Amino acid sequence: MKLLRMKPGHGEIVLAEGDVDVPEQEQALIEAFRRELDAGMWAAVPTHSPGARREAELVKSFAEVPREAERVIFFPRAAGGSLETDR
Amino acid sequence: MALGLGTAAILLVVLLWELARPTVKRALARGRRIWTQSRLVSAPAGYDPGRERRAELRARALLRSCIEERDWAMYRDLGFLRVWGAQAECEHGGHASYAYLIYPHKPLVAYVPQTGALLNEYCVAFPDHTRPYGSSRLPDSDDVLAKWMALIADERRLIADANMHLPGRQVDPARVRRDLARLARWERERAGRATRGPGLPGSADPRSADRADTLHA
Repeated sequence: MKLLRMKPGHGEIVLAEGDVDVPEQEQALIEAFRRELDAGMWAAVPTHSPGARREAELVKSFAEVPREAERVIFFPRAAGGSLETDR
Repeated sequence: MALGLGTAAILLVVLLWELARPTVKRALARGRRIWTQSRLVSAPAGYDPGRERRAELRARALLRSCIEERDWAMYRDLGFLRVWGAQAECEHGGHASYAYLIYPHKPLVAYVPQTGALLNEYCVAFPDHTRPYGSSRLPDSDDVLAKWMALIADERRLIADANMHLPGRQVDPARVRRDLARLARWERERAGRATRGPGLPGSADPRSADRADTLHA
């Protein structure tokens, strides 16, 4: 599983990568996951099961991430407002 | 005589230069200041067009890996994504009563697919306040992907977080209508290619047989 984060001026970066079946690696993933959530990021898991459309689900804890998920993508939380600023 | 005139001319030039020198120096300093300020205004601190371009390429690859091939083709060809509202209703074979257009760094535009009537703009952004390179803006395709994931995963929550406005607040309604017409034409052409089959002329994209083509027909 890879934890990715969208980043201005860069595109996504890999925050952590590991096998959830290996306890040490899972722990590292959990810690990285928590850090991002504490930083106010949203976490989404892209899903693609055979015969179904590609979708995504928002997760609020590592426990909600499907064990077979390949990626979790973090992105800044949504905020309403004008978009015409800050180029 | 000539020597005298030449000497007088040289003295005149030197004299004029001495008189004009302070003014010229002030003008040059002012010009340098204006040029420096204009550079600072036009290029924000840390802005690097090459880096932004590479970021956008990465973002496009990520977007492509997350959405349907058909949706990717739509974004690649038209510059926006359409997401159906009321996904559950749609999945069960019915017509979606509304849909959204997702533009990079623009509000979501809700409209009625059957009539083309524009409903609302939902202004939503994903600012990264850490500003790693001086800007809080995600690359365009990351912004589109963030909207797509949030909309697909929790439409109600995203819309609740957005600022709702009447159509035309930020996105020109004429542009949206043009885009809807482009989308309709794009879908017709794609459907035509799928009908002709992948091996025939004019069917450049064999992926157009995507089952999603007929889902909302």
